Amino acid sequence: MDAILLQILNGLDKGSAYALIALGLTLIFGTLGVVNFAHGALFMIGAFCAVTLQRLLSLSHQVEVPGQVDFLGNPLMADVPYVTDWFGEATGNAIIDWSVPLAILLTIPVMLLVGYVMERGLIKHFYKRPHADQILVTFGLAIVLQEIVKYYYGANPIQTPAPEALSGVAQVLPGVVYPIWRIVYFCFAALIISGVFAFLQFTTFGMVVRAGMADRETVGLLGIDIDKRFTFMFGLAAAVAGLAGVMYGPINAPNYHMGMDFLVLSFVVVVVGGMGSLPGAVLAGFLLGILESFASTTWATTTLPGINQIIIYLVAIIILLTRPRGLMGRKGVMED
Amino acid sequence: MLGLNKKDTNLLLVVLALTMLAPFILNPFPTDSGLAQFNAGYPDLMQRFAIFGIFAIGFNILFGLTGYLSFGHAAFLGVGSYSAVWMFKLLSMNILPAIILSVIIAGLFALVIGYVSLRRSGIYFSILTLAFAQMSFALAYSVLTPVTNGETGLQLTLSDPRILGSSAAADGSIPVTNLFGLEMRSAWDMAVGPWTFTFSAGYYFCAIVLLVAFYLSIRIFRSPFGMMLRAIKSNQTRLNYTGLNPKPYTLAAFVISGMYAGLAGGLMAAMDPLAGAERMQWTASGEVVLMTILGGAGTLIGPVLGAGMIKYFENILSKINESVLHGWFAFMPDGLEDFFVAIVYPFVGKGWHLTLGILFMLVVIFLPGGLVEGGQRIGAAFRRKGKKAGGAEAEAAKQQPGE
Repeated sequence: MDAILLQILNGLDKGSAYALIALGLTLIFGTLGVVNFAHGALFMIGAFCAVTLQRLLSLSHQVEVPGQVDFLGNPLMADVPYVTDWFGEATGNAIIDWSVPLAILLTIPVMLLVGYVMERGLIKHFYKRPHADQILVTFGLAIVLQEIVKYYYGANPIQTPAPEALSGVAQVLPGVVYPIWRIVYFCFAALIISGVFAFLQFTTFGMVVRAGMADRETVGLLGIDIDKRFTFMFGLAAAVAGLAGVMYGPINAPNYHMGMDFLVLSFVVVVVGGMGSLPGAVLAGFLLGILESFASTTWATTTLPGINQIIIYLVAIIILLTRPRGLMGRKGVMED
Repeated sequence: MLGLNKKDTNLLLVVLALTMLAPFILNPFPTDSGLAQFNAGYPDLMQRFAIFGIFAIGFNILFGLTGYLSFGHAAFLGVGSYSAVWMFKLLSMNILPAIILSVIIAGLFALVIGYVSLRRSGIYFSILTLAFAQMSFALAYSVLTPVTNGETGLQLTLSDPRILGSSAAADGSIPVTNLFGLEMRSAWDMAVGPWTFTFSAGYYFCAIVLLVAFYLSIRIFRSPFGMMLRAIKSNQTRLNYTGLNPKPYTLAAFVISGMYAGLAGGLMAAMDPLAGAERMQWTASGEVVLMTILGGAGTLIGPVLGAGMIKYFENILSKINESVLHGWFAFMPDGLEDFFVAIVYPFVGKGWHLTLGILFMLVVIFLPGGLVEGGQRIGAAFRRKGKKAGGAEAEAAKQQPGE
């Protein structure tokens, strides 16, 4: 029983990342009808926002340590971050320690801006073109974004540790220990997902967007500028992907191709959930994450060697062939 | 000639001339000059031009004609490589049986994957092929280690049986790949003044295979079968209404393009007898998509051009480092020199993928027909300038899709 619970917990953190990315992909697809292959790159940019903030906060200057000399007899120098100068020793160190959660504040405006620029500058011109062209241009954009990040941050993974207080393990149930940060990540994901759903469900803006998703033309005829709202939704989707990336840093050190790694799987998740269905994307994300973690147990890998590597793809193939609309796909959305 | 019309014959002759004279054409700079780094006339790179040309031609038969965008074609290339290396291990170092086997195995593999994937179309087809390719990659990397040798990649060893050949060469080393005794790595250097031209057996073998592959693709493009594939691309629903089942045709196109990929994989192993799982990764599939689109999907010559261009830039741009750049801009005043180096540097060397990505985006945005369309537009602009009266003719030329 404990083992099963542990596997479910293990699946939840990866599943949260899948669900968040898939949610963003579906938001973009459902509103604008664009298949965005650059979404993984947005996830990666989010993660690198945390890296950037961490570097900014640790910017430091050298000061002499009074009364101490190094082995050459020169006065000993120590790096002192500017934040500790400004806020005092304790607060400054705490700020640096909490840089990953703080990066959320940086990520939201950055990602909204990135999303806005992307939609207005590039995607806008591709609504009328075939899906293959959209895939290709966003694929090209993903390469470009990834290479830019690689140029500035190098090709090696960069550690972004979680705050000290959240980095240990916790006793979830008697006999089951689990890293705290993964629990935090899951709660964070749940919060964002419910936030997005609440926004769509309970605000006037969200209502208009949902109407636009159902029938864009009619909403336009009612005199509502739906394009503007959809542009915002693109920015929102980018922000969701970015937030998924920021908080994922402590689980897996960010590197420039992490987006590509997640992208393929998130597309599979979207397809399994049903193109254009938001609840489907979230459900499929968590389901596949949990399934993957069950497939990685020793029992599964000894019975069916390699099952942990291919389970997601296998499920996707079966779903696509037997239930073409996915788990919760609507009728008439990209039927073939 | 050979059942081609005049235009296609000319195209084939141009490609023939280009491939046969490639060691000269690609080596325009004297060996000891500063520009020698732009030379591409060395066997390894020329072989890659030909091999990826074949790969892209095959991909184009599927994507260019039927419009089905496969994101998993590298799987077939990988399978071809593995089967060729196994042939070298078990049978003999002759490349002919190895290549034949890799084509057959890749074809069978494509038949299975295609049969399943082609039940859906559009984005779903792309995702299905992607899923299959990633599955093959994951399996080759982990569970199938007895067959694929996992992370290390499949290599030849001295203890391989090679029942029709010998396990070891006379001097105790691993024998090299050959075609009935003609070693693939043998090469002949010709020195003309400051120039050195290398003629490699391996390259000429690849070039001949490329020519055959190119000829076959022309025949496919012009055949009733090719017309059928185009009909599938332009309107599948209408095709269904006329009582035709497009399924067998798309499946045939998928298998043919899979066999082309297998051929490319087999050739790759024939030139360098090892095979690794990374050849099957989806980024490798993405690369062939880039090549085809960059050159011009649906055109005959486009994919070959695209493959050549990407491989050329991959090799040449990635060799340029900071000191080479400083050498170029040395004639400028210091500050200006550093400025230009700083601007150009991100795009060359390790950053050449950035150039590739930007180029690719520009092509998709402004030139959906790829380089071929670009060439046609330039040609049409000149013709229009040449004779204003013959505008109608230029219009007619523009109506013809690029082929």
